[in-house]
Amino acid sequence: MTRRSLALYVGRRLVALVLLVVVISFVVFSLLYLAPGSPEQILLGARPSTPETVAAIRAEYHLDDPFLVQYWDWARDALQFDFGRSIRTNEPVVDGIRERFWLTLQLGGLAFLITMLLGVPLGVLAALRRRTATDRGVVALSVVGVSAPAFATGILLLYVFAVRLGWFPVFGEGSGVIDRLQHLALPAIALALTGMGLVLKLTRTAVIGSLEQDYVTFARARGIPRRRVLGAYALRNGLVPIVTAAGLLLAYMLAGTVLVEVTFALPGLGSLLVESVRTLDIPMVQALTILIATIVVLVNLLADLVYVAIDPRISFEKAKA
Amino acid sequence: MSDVVASSPAAELAAPRPRRGFSPAVGIAFVVLAAVVVCAIFGPWIAPYDPNDPDLLASLEPPSREHPLGTDDLGRDILSRTIVGARTAIVGPLLIAFGAALIGNVLGLIAGYRGGVTDSAISRWVDFVYALPALLVAIVVVGVLGGGYFLAVALLVVLFSPIDTRIVRGATLDQRSRPYVEAARMLGLSDRRIMTRHVWPNVLPLALANAFLTFAFAIVSLSALSFLGLGVGPATPDWGRMLADSRTLLFDVPTAALAPGIAIVLTAASVNVIGDWLYERLSERGRAR
Repeated sequence: MTRRSLALYVGRRLVALVLLVVVISFVVFSLLYLAPGSPEQILLGARPSTPETVAAIRAEYHLDDPFLVQYWDWARDALQFDFGRSIRTNEPVVDGIRERFWLTLQLGGLAFLITMLLGVPLGVLAALRRRTATDRGVVALSVVGVSAPAFATGILLLYVFAVRLGWFPVFGEGSGVIDRLQHLALPAIALALTGMGLVLKLTRTAVIGSLEQDYVTFARARGIPRRRVLGAYALRNGLVPIVTAAGLLLAYMLAGTVLVEVTFALPGLGSLLVESVRTLDIPMVQALTILIATIVVLVNLLADLVYVAIDPRISFEKAKA
Repeated sequence: MSDVVASSPAAELAAPRPRRGFSPAVGIAFVVLAAVVVCAIFGPWIAPYDPNDPDLLASLEPPSREHPLGTDDLGRDILSRTIVGARTAIVGPLLIAFGAALIGNVLGLIAGYRGGVTDSAISRWVDFVYALPALLVAIVVVGVLGGGYFLAVALLVVLFSPIDTRIVRGATLDQRSRPYVEAARMLGLSDRRIMTRHVWPNVLPLALANAFLTFAFAIVSLSALSFLGLGVGPATPDWGRMLADSRTLLFDVPTAALAPGIAIVLTAASVNVIGDWLYERLSERGRAR
């Protein structure tokens, strides 16, 4: 595989990515018209609806222009991170998002760390101790993790560790590093359990699969140390499906964040999305949806690139044909 | 000679394979699911009280002889609400699993059998929907359009159908190159007949196992929507809804939140265990594990 074909591949993917975001943005813009009630009513929100205010809103949002012109104007502003004002708070949408972004990033980062640091080693352990009690225990954990929704595990964790044992605070976000960590510990664990089930299952299957390969048997026969056989042969090949699943994991985690933030009453982006949807704060919903769509698309692209880095066998010459 | 026999589907089924035992976990899962189904069908008759009957004089009671799981803030019996809640918890997901499997089987069969442009069109669509985070799309669309249980169900059918489509397409591709399909073509059977009468029965077991996994996923997603207040109406006894309403009662009557929480986790885990078990038994993949 040459450097040039890699550049070509990335370029093609980026074009596809931009197209996808354009399509999604079109749907997202249409939300204003799909929501029950007229656009000016929605944009007025709780403000009184008099002929003057309606006229002002129609002028401000160019509601008298053709639909496509409106979309164009909106998209141009959106490209400059101007999504208008939130109907609920009347402050710029971007400010509202910036305010809450940090907390969600911390929660997600913490949960991702727990997911990976526990999920991959436990999956490897289960694969190595196949058909033992350890394996069955780990598999049971992954089944519960995959099937239990984050809000249900969140409530159970809250009850056991916050209400009964009193180890962690019940609600709120905390201030300062230690306090914040204490407040985010339970939400992050609840969020991590969801993703961990998936990572565990995939790792176990992948490692079992690669342990059965001939090259592992031969590596063992050649007397290569067990640690090296496991690390350089079995695990590295097993990593491919795990990285491919990064997009799926992200989808799990994003949905989980929404549920966990609502469960633990954390003021992050997830709870912001739910509040905005409930109050029909369309500009806020539009901005959040575009943000999420962009993140999802970018992570999928990134996962594909890492995939190439791990597995040198993948060639774009073939993919192009 | 033995090669030919081994590659025919019938011989494959008959070939000795390590017996996947009926492990205790699968047994328990079947018992739990059976209990949930019984509650879903006969719930109102099993429940000791009317799940929606408020008794403000007996609100926030801890578990007692009359109310085994206590009462919530409106004095409604928590045990009765949990039993009756089984209905919305599995009826919607059942519709979702069925609808998604229907779309998935039709699209998957066509894509896998016809190939070419049809296949790439269907596969593009599948890849697109597959990349969407289903629950988030559902939150935005159901919320903005004004909510409702059946809107959520319809939307999740569309969002979950790509999983079924992928599996059925793969299995159909695998079947298409087999001699019996060629033989049927030689005999001049129509494509439609070959697809529905000959290929589909061989793909169906796998599709069925997959539908079970969709079912588990749908239980979780739909209860999550209800938890966020976007699924069922406010008074409906529904597990997700109950959890959301009693989140703040965790100090007073913890059972109000714990009962529906444990019910969701147990049901979803059981369906997943059964789905995995079916999948391993019915798919060829199962022999490798």
